[in-house]
Amino acid sequence: MKDRKTVILGVVGADVHAVGNKILNHAFTEAGFHVVNIGVLSSQQDFIEAAIEADADALLVSSLYGHGELDCQGFRDRCIEAGLDDIIIYIGGNLVIGKQDWDGVKERFLAMGFDRAYPPGTLPEGPIHDLKKDLGV
Amino acid sequence: MVRGPKSEVQKPKSKSQGAKSKGEYVGRWTVDLEPRTTDHGPSDHKTMSIAILCDIGSTFTKVVAIDCEEATVLAVGAAPTTIDRDVGDGLRHAVAQVEEQIGPVFSRADLRLACSSAAGGLRMVAIGLVPNLTAEAAKWAALGAGAKLLQTLSFKLSEREIAAIDGTAVDIILLAGGIDGGNSDTILHNARLLARSDLTAPIIVAGNKVVQDKVADILCRAGKDVRVVDNVMPQLETVNIEQARGAIRKLFLEKIVIAKGLDRIQDLIDGVVMPTPSAVMESARLLSRGDGRNKGWGELIVVDVGGATTDVHSMASGSPTLPGVVRKGLVEPWDKRTVEGDLGMRYSAAGLMAAIEEADLLRIGVQLDKEGRFTITEMERFVAMISQESDRICTSEREIVLESIIARAAIETAVTRHAGKLNHTFTPHGKMTIQRGKDLTGVRRIIGTGGVLVRHRSPHCVLAGAVRHPDQADILTPTEGRLYLDKDYIIAAAGLLAKPMPQTAFKLLNQYVTEIYQEERC
Repeated sequence: MKDRKTVILGVVGADVHAVGNKILNHAFTEAGFHVVNIGVLSSQQDFIEAAIEADADALLVSSLYGHGELDCQGFRDRCIEAGLDDIIIYIGGNLVIGKQDWDGVKERFLAMGFDRAYPPGTLPEGPIHDLKKDLGV
Repeated sequence: MVRGPKSEVQKPKSKSQGAKSKGEYVGRWTVDLEPRTTDHGPSDHKTMSIAILCDIGSTFTKVVAIDCEEATVLAVGAAPTTIDRDVGDGLRHAVAQVEEQIGPVFSRADLRLACSSAAGGLRMVAIGLVPNLTAEAAKWAALGAGAKLLQTLSFKLSEREIAAIDGTAVDIILLAGGIDGGNSDTILHNARLLARSDLTAPIIVAGNKVVQDKVADILCRAGKDVRVVDNVMPQLETVNIEQARGAIRKLFLEKIVIAKGLDRIQDLIDGVVMPTPSAVMESARLLSRGDGRNKGWGELIVVDVGGATTDVHSMASGSPTLPGVVRKGLVEPWDKRTVEGDLGMRYSAAGLMAAIEEADLLRIGVQLDKEGRFTITEMERFVAMISQESDRICTSEREIVLESIIARAAIETAVTRHAGKLNHTFTPHGKMTIQRGKDLTGVRRIIGTGGVLVRHRSPHCVLAGAVRHPDQADILTPTEGRLYLDKDYIIAAAGLLAKPMPQTAFKLLNQYVTEIYQEERC
């Protein structure tokens, strides 16, 4: 069972956008990942607890409602505290409100400890390709 | 949990079955004999099918003789439990009391079964990984099998924690951790520590299936008694406790009964078949679902207020009743049991004041104390007294009022802890409501049992604590409901019959669990 890589998928914060979550679930499963989908309205704690029990290799965090920066503060630190030192964390979606320059937004999220950040409108293929590379599969 | 004569005082006539029924004082027990049965002389029992049901409590051994066709209680007897010497002595004394009333029925009974909470009950430790996930699922498995949970432990254990388990006279250890294909380090680490320890209690392994063989091997090599069952959480947030519960029941029958010296009565009766809380749960399940021929009562709650704990059993799906609610967290079992160790009415009464909010006590105090002079200080004094005198029966008017207040508050707190909660969060899409735990707002039948309630002159005003009051909008306890009382204290006994004679057990419960109504005074 462990030959498949496990990812935790969810929508962080008070965010109820469920459609993209279902598409990502389907796409990552098709691509051969073991997807544990914790769905919408997920807190950082929900991601971390799921990752511990599932012995996950990566967290795929979605945020579509513009509050991503607030919801994700301290995410990496909490992972380290919970013993998930090496876990890969991606984030994507409408991370901030308004038309901000994507490079600046990306910079801020990478500085917060995310391994990769994806702009609005990203198709699943890109992150799937990146994750396979980052996990060495 | 105290099930003993002390809980029985002469009951008001209104509670007996009618003018013809006879309240008989037998030993220290009051037995309300059904009109029909008073016509039977001892000789009539020769053709009757009789079941003898025993509840071996920590303090008292209680024996009930049942007429299986009519599903009526023929006689009740009780004697102090003699677990320290031969537990059979106490049983024989209780049986003798029964036979004094209705003649020699014991030897010719068709079925002789017992449940037990003696010698500390079924003492368990549950071990998982994350407190909210596998540790929680392991806890439910243990509680659902009628165990007394000594500790619930999470993550990698320390030597100190193992030493603490060793000091608690544990009967069974349930070892979980990791979903299938998930984390394996923790359960392996914990298995190694358990293997190195001096613990002799059987260990049920119910963790990540990928390493179950390895975990079992580590423990077996160290000479431990190991049982392997399905993971209590095979996938994230999917709880699967049936096999674990089954393994606990089986171990109870095979080993725990012997370890506790309860096997000494195996030649007297057909068997000590389950822990007492399990028997209560069997009754709750049967009443809710029906016996296969007759329709059950539907969703219900049983509140068991004991001397040491208050147990709550809910037989209900707990699905959201409000539209647009998002459910989070684990989906809890349909038959969920919780045990509140700090809400007992005698042995653990000292913890009551810490466990119950002052505001709740005051609110209930205003409601129940017609004299209107209730104060927290008065309650503190009262609670200190009852925790010292575990066999005290409150008789003075003031004591009865105070006991009603604290018992109602204990029930309210226990049911509140048992039930699910709503959380509101504001999102760009408006207000969202998140439900965690079971929504019991639509449950309409609440059954009370346990010493304080059964012997109380006004059980309705105490049990009404299980119904939600207006300040608790986000607590998912029943919003209204009909209240019932296990008036002759037979719920545990009936649970023993639930499997072998479901129809009899169901009829028995229907006859002896009766609706109660608002009294004039508390």
